[in-house]
Amino acid sequence: MHEDREHVGATEQTVTESKALRTTRGTTSIAGFLERYGILVAWLVVIVVFSILAPTTFPTVANFDTIASTQAVLLIMTLGLLLPLAAGEFDLSVGATMGFAPIVVGYLNVFHHWPIVPAVAVALLAGIGFGAFNALLIVRLGVPSLIATLGSGTLLTGLGYGLSNSETIGGISNGLINFATWPIGGLPLSFLYAIAITVLIWYVLEHTPFGRYLFFVGEGREVARLAGLPVNPLRTISLISGAFVVTVAGVLQAGTVGAADPTVGVSYLLPTFAGAFLGATAIRPGRFNAWGSLIAVYFLVTGITGLELLGYSGWVQQIFYGGVLIIAVALGRITQNRRAVQ
Amino acid sequence: MEKEEAITEPAISLVNVSKTFAGVRVLHDVSFDVLPGEIHGLVGQNGSGKSTLIKILSGFHEPDRGSELLVRGKPVPLPMTPGLTHRYGFAFVHQDLGLVPGLTVLENLRVGRYEPATGWRIRWGGEREEARVALGRIGIEIPQDARVGELQPVQRAIVAVARAMHDIAEHEYGLLVLDEPTAYLPRDAVQVLFDTIRRVAEAGVSVLFVSHRLDEVRSLTDRVTVIRDGRVAATVRTADTDEDQLISLMLGRALGNVYPEEHSQPADVGFGVLGLTGSLAQDIGFEVRRGEVLGLTGLIGMGQEEVPYLLMGASRASAGAIRIGGQALSATEITPAAAKRHGMALLPADRQGASGVGAFTVKENVSLPVLREFSPGGRIRHRRERSAVDGLLQEYQVRPPERERRLATLSGGNQQKALLAKWLQRRPEVLLLHEPTQGVDIGARAEIFDHIRRVSESGSCIVIVSNEYEDLAHICHRVLIFRDGRVVNTLTGEALSKDAIVAHSYRS
Repeated sequence: MHEDREHVGATEQTVTESKALRTTRGTTSIAGFLERYGILVAWLVVIVVFSILAPTTFPTVANFDTIASTQAVLLIMTLGLLLPLAAGEFDLSVGATMGFAPIVVGYLNVFHHWPIVPAVAVALLAGIGFGAFNALLIVRLGVPSLIATLGSGTLLTGLGYGLSNSETIGGISNGLINFATWPIGGLPLSFLYAIAITVLIWYVLEHTPFGRYLFFVGEGREVARLAGLPVNPLRTISLISGAFVVTVAGVLQAGTVGAADPTVGVSYLLPTFAGAFLGATAIRPGRFNAWGSLIAVYFLVTGITGLELLGYSGWVQQIFYGGVLIIAVALGRITQNRRAVQ
Repeated sequence: MEKEEAITEPAISLVNVSKTFAGVRVLHDVSFDVLPGEIHGLVGQNGSGKSTLIKILSGFHEPDRGSELLVRGKPVPLPMTPGLTHRYGFAFVHQDLGLVPGLTVLENLRVGRYEPATGWRIRWGGEREEARVALGRIGIEIPQDARVGELQPVQRAIVAVARAMHDIAEHEYGLLVLDEPTAYLPRDAVQVLFDTIRRVAEAGVSVLFVSHRLDEVRSLTDRVTVIRDGRVAATVRTADTDEDQLISLMLGRALGNVYPEEHSQPADVGFGVLGLTGSLAQDIGFEVRRGEVLGLTGLIGMGQEEVPYLLMGASRASAGAIRIGGQALSATEITPAAAKRHGMALLPADRQGASGVGAFTVKENVSLPVLREFSPGGRIRHRRERSAVDGLLQEYQVRPPERERRLATLSGGNQQKALLAKWLQRRPEVLLLHEPTQGVDIGARAEIFDHIRRVSESGSCIVIVSNEYEDLAHICHRVLIFRDGRVVNTLTGEALSKDAIVAHSYRS
């Protein structure tokens, strides 16, 4: 029935394809470079612009040091989020998951005088357990991940308020603070952990069959299933390991601040998604990737720090993150559409 | 049901309707009339131009210059547009029915036709009344508040007809086009739909009924137009014809004797299926010898399309057993992973949705089933992966042989060759292919056949499910014809030809 149309379609396709081939050959180098390293260039532009606008405060060692160190938590969260995103699952509970870990540490370490190591261990286990709970809802019961994690994240935030009596728990052990903030060559340990985890996630996503499988599960679930991949276990592992990495970020947050604030987690949700999606437009455009996320997170933080130094405080942050998330996703969509036309 | 043709003015006349796609003429001066209140059948083989004709009527395609369409003897401006089809009372029910399963019957009937009251509020009372009239018009009782997804298939089809009748109701005459509405209906339910269609025709509406099932065409229509190679082969009165004549008209030559002859060969059976039952397929059994290419075919919706997916565990069988290389497996428990482990491979028809991921590179798609072999210790050895894929792209003549290209940027034929390489590199014991040559150009088609033949000669069992009869006749050793979920015929040896497949597929 459709034969006639398809034959025509096939010839059209080859014609457009050879056209596309000719055009891409010529422009590949410049367009390809800009596509892959666009935000790196944008980042440098932002640095130059702020250095001109705020010559005394912005281009200083102290400022770059702050930028590098304070956002290690955000970077690690973003890296953790990449795992479920790669497998096609949206984890909206990342903010709550990160925010819950300091509460557990504070609750056990401060309220119940546990030593810091078992307190951290319990926090990490709680993160894994929470990831498993999300997996149960999403993979086993088939609740869409967006809804499941919206609910479970809110639930976890509430639990955090309960454990902390809705107050900041201060006085977390110095051991954890040193573990997170001890300076090595001028940079705090948490920054080095973030770089190490970037390398780890990059390795897992790009250089192991597991990472490749996650992308197939995310982009072509039926293809993955027919290739005999264990689709549901892969989705489960992505959710649990993602929650674990995000919990590690939470533990470092407790160490960086030295206290547990039950309100802090939710404010990290949007920046995390902005970092992941903006990161997916760079280095390996169209795919969630670790180095892209690193650049994206630092691009975002540099922009906000600069704006704050110019005197725009508070509200600017939300406008910036929200705007960037929308632009990043729209950019990705445009690239995709252009490819579809090709 | 005889009509007084001499004194009845045609409701719709097609006069010299032609259509050319990219220099290829697919319709040549098609002319026929549909009378008021007539049920007019339209039959022809796949690719004969039937669907192009329907799409001209619905305004999807613009016909060539010189084509004419008359309604009640008056010419209609071409191409048709949604506005024009509405004005002239043309309504269409396609095979997929176009209903929203999650909405109720009432909502499906009225969506897009709501008559808002003040404040853009929907007046549900009035809508309910309208829907009651619509269902009453075709004399059927279906609860308005039932979700369409929960209805029986035939009830759904009737709701689609009722909705189409909305567009016709305000007209004195109208044309209801039914494009294979029965393809996915259970056989016993078809009569209910037919009663509905007859009632529609008795009210003076003309019906154009497109179907592959000659038994249905014979029992429902008043006249039949047969299309062959884009031309009208004949328009005949249904009462004056029979299936053999219709098949001959479709083929363009008289039917020879197409009885299957018994064929016996040394039985080194590598693959066996017993009692396989799915949602359409019923109690299917067959054996495939090593080195044999078996074809499964029939009209659309006869159950053959389901078989490879049931065998691979992609959809769940309700009964059946599989024997592969001396091992027995239960078809109700098999998973794609287990099927793969036992040496089965499936090349699905849905190339971008189930077979490969268009947004990923050719390399990633091709290496997916064997990625582990390049990854000792859990680390992908990229160089080994690249050289293996490069070798395969050469071997399977994928053009351009660029592994880092996204799969979607290859032509249909080259995508298919790459995906064939994806599965054949594992030397499967059993290769299942669904429509392997769909949307593939002639050159790639021949190459794909060569690869399939090569694998079969190396001792694999091959099962091809396809509606490309010519291809099946060309490559298969044996072809099973499906009808109503069961195997009704086996063609082999001398008896296996394109014409024989057509004849047995269409003959009830």
